[in-house]
Amino acid sequence: MNITLRVWRQAHGAPKGGMQTYQMQDVSPDMSFLEMLDLLNEKLTVEGIEPVAFDHDCREGICGMCGVVIDGSAHGRGASPVPTTTCQLHMRSFADGATIDVEPWRAGGFPVIKDLVVDRTAFDRIIQAGGFISVNTGSAPDANAAPVSKVDSDRAFDAATCIGCGACVAACPNGSAMLFTSAKITHLAMLPQGQPERWSRVKGMVAQHDAEGFGNCTNIGECAAVCPKEIPLDMISELNRELMHALFKKDAK
Amino acid sequence: MATQFVEEEVATTTTSDQLWREGAELRDAKAPGGPIEGKWHKRQFEAKLVNPANRRKLTVIIVGTGLAGGAAAASLGEAGYNVLNFCYQDSPRRAHSIAAQGGINAAKNYRNDNDSTFRLFYDTVKGGDYRARETNVYRLAEVSAAIIDQCVAQGVPFAREYGGLLDNRSFGGVQVQRTFYARGQTGQQLLIGAYQALERQVAVGTVKMYARHEMLELIVVDGRARGIIARDMVTGEIETHLADAVVLATGGYGNVFFLSTNAMGCNVTAGWRAHRKGAYFGNPCYTQIHPTCIPVHGETQSKLTLMSESLRNDGRIWVPKRAEDCDKDPRQIAEQDRDYYLERIYPAFGNLVPRDIASRQAKNMCDEGRGVGPAVNEKQTDGSIRNIRRGVYLDFADVISRIGRDGVAARYGNLFDMYAQITAEDPYETPMRIYPAVHYTMGGVWVDYDLMTTITGLYATGECNFSDHGANRLGASALMQGLADGYFVLPNTINDYLADAPFPKVSPDDPAVLEAVAGVKERIDTLLSIDGSRTVDSFHKELGHIMWEYCGMERTDAGLKRAIGLIRELKAEFWRDVKVTGVNEDFNQALERAGRVADFFELGELMCIDALHRRESCGGHFRAESQTPDGEALRHDEEFLYVGAWEYAGDTPVLHKEPLEYEYIELKQRSYK
Repeated sequence: MNITLRVWRQAHGAPKGGMQTYQMQDVSPDMSFLEMLDLLNEKLTVEGIEPVAFDHDCREGICGMCGVVIDGSAHGRGASPVPTTTCQLHMRSFADGATIDVEPWRAGGFPVIKDLVVDRTAFDRIIQAGGFISVNTGSAPDANAAPVSKVDSDRAFDAATCIGCGACVAACPNGSAMLFTSAKITHLAMLPQGQPERWSRVKGMVAQHDAEGFGNCTNIGECAAVCPKEIPLDMISELNRELMHALFKKDAK
Repeated sequence: MATQFVEEEVATTTTSDQLWREGAELRDAKAPGGPIEGKWHKRQFEAKLVNPANRRKLTVIIVGTGLAGGAAAASLGEAGYNVLNFCYQDSPRRAHSIAAQGGINAAKNYRNDNDSTFRLFYDTVKGGDYRARETNVYRLAEVSAAIIDQCVAQGVPFAREYGGLLDNRSFGGVQVQRTFYARGQTGQQLLIGAYQALERQVAVGTVKMYARHEMLELIVVDGRARGIIARDMVTGEIETHLADAVVLATGGYGNVFFLSTNAMGCNVTAGWRAHRKGAYFGNPCYTQIHPTCIPVHGETQSKLTLMSESLRNDGRIWVPKRAEDCDKDPRQIAEQDRDYYLERIYPAFGNLVPRDIASRQAKNMCDEGRGVGPAVNEKQTDGSIRNIRRGVYLDFADVISRIGRDGVAARYGNLFDMYAQITAEDPYETPMRIYPAVHYTMGGVWVDYDLMTTITGLYATGECNFSDHGANRLGASALMQGLADGYFVLPNTINDYLADAPFPKVSPDDPAVLEAVAGVKERIDTLLSIDGSRTVDSFHKELGHIMWEYCGMERTDAGLKRAIGLIRELKAEFWRDVKVTGVNEDFNQALERAGRVADFFELGELMCIDALHRRESCGGHFRAESQTPDGEALRHDEEFLYVGAWEYAGDTPVLHKEPLEYEYIELKQRSYK
């Protein structure tokens, strides 16, 4: 395959960047999208040009480190037949001779560090605001002491599959991180272990979400459409219900 | 202060070919005496304590945020220590523990099938082909049950049955169901549990997180580990961080093979830098080649993807009986023309034999010419080219007809989807093709019972250390060991050392610190100034080819010697001709990789030397010269019943043997037939 790539290049610390065009020859359809970028970088390095910086690590769709906008859609969802992370997108999803645009996540809460790399530490701070169960090591009761119905357990699991990649934010016209936040709220709210901190958790996490500069949800649904783990949009409804309840609870901070 | 290990003087000998020297014997001096059931309690009681009020005055550096590092950072933070936690990723939640799929073992006996602490201990030692330390493994089995309790309390959504209680499944090398799982994403769920506990400590200020930081050197002052030099991977700043103790939780070194199931960033640099400063490296040649990975597609492949071992519960592995059937559509090959070779050779364990055995048999089938999938040209050790198929079938037709497509999807849906996405084949319709790939390294930094290395005050946990899996790790035991070390072992042993702290304050201008900083800067300057013609990746791939060919699934005396020569040549060429673009004071991924690959060269050489010196087969280390008449690994206990702990000494490393004593488990040649 021959591909024309237009890649966002932005120097570290520079306020602005721009698209650069590169021609790629002999791309195999079995390569992953990131292997194609590796090939570009090998070529650039030999030519003495600094390679394109992009985040990636596990390359099996679970660590959440990779993520770029491809032809306008996060993780290249528009090109893929199934939900995917960037690393699990393969070149067979593109036509020979295609021109492909590659850009970083674009959102107020995710400043660009360099080229395609953004700063997502805001997600860690949202978790710090309550996305946990306060249990110290060594004090846990027997694992089977509190049975959990399979329905609740499965729902908790569906929410807990979130990999924190940030595609939801990148896809949302409001730059909202509500899908990410709601996934953690739902995960912990479904479990008996999550009950004691249920109301303070949702208030704390939503407040931090807003403080990070993420926008609000207006039910557009782009987030769920690009989510590689298919976190459903109704998790945000769950978050809103939790928040409404929390506002009337005395024990919530 | 007391030495951390006992050395017995023996005459220093040098081997004829001068590749290594033999030094004094090494022994673990921390495991207390008495019956094995009581050792851990006794150690916990005897270890010195640190008053809760004094803990906040003590600083502990933890490098790595996976199951071992994240759990340790959270637990030590909860205990009140001042923790500095480092990771190279953008968030602690990315650590590669997240990619573990199948499950985590625990001796809960929830299934009433005769499981016990002793049985888990026994299975792990036997699975490791009798090359692990009894005391450490017993403790691992002992704390395993508490790990499950801890994780459930954190909100880890393990699989449950309709009654609301936890579900279990079986894994390779055992005959009980003791594996807890969360669909095919157990590692992710456990890591997120540890990550949440960690972030809770970050929020209260006991843990300070340094993401996008890479440890490049260890600071040793007056014989004690007192800090690290780290590079801020965004700005390039070389930072000094000082502490009372340092913990490495930096994972495995499988990426020395270039292609492995490890994440792209996994590296040996932290462990290797510590090794160069005096930490012995234990059993570096013990590498786990996992039997069920997606086969390589071509030269541009950057990593390999594991298909969880749990698939072997229901999938049946086969190849055609006749080589001429190998290019047929597998669905057209009649039942009587298929060779379910694991079920045939190992009727007792069948498809659930340990990983080393399943991998080697897959290789044997392909070597016989009965592999499946596309044929590729392969360079043989004698230089000739052979056209060969590298793949075997993992077939789910039986289980799909038994429990239906939906039932299979509920158990393995995400794995099937991942397979389909990568290969563009539907595993519900046609059998998966799999082939072994490098997955885990049992070897690692040598530690004693307290998990302290041979450098006082330096600890190693999780996959980074060598301690619990012997020569082969059983499935679902990596998660168990990482969390055992992080939640329960280290937080109960490091206090014994910290009770003597605070140690004399180290000034950032201390000569040892300045020397460490200067060394790091000089190395970076050198890498950036060579300006040669070859990329870092091209060197890494070539190193990987050498390692896979000569130090992979089958090793020979001649091959290993050849590999050592090739690695030395390639290393010299690297330092002459590598091209690293950009500058240090920037986000520079080429520079990061260059430093890691430079360390992989030195490690690769040591792995080959270790493999060469161990003239026996055991677990994942298969020496062609040492096999039973039917091709199984043949150990030589009278000669090799020891841990090979290597001391850094430039080109000629020094071997220290730690004898292994089996008091509770009888040494046997492993049999899964």
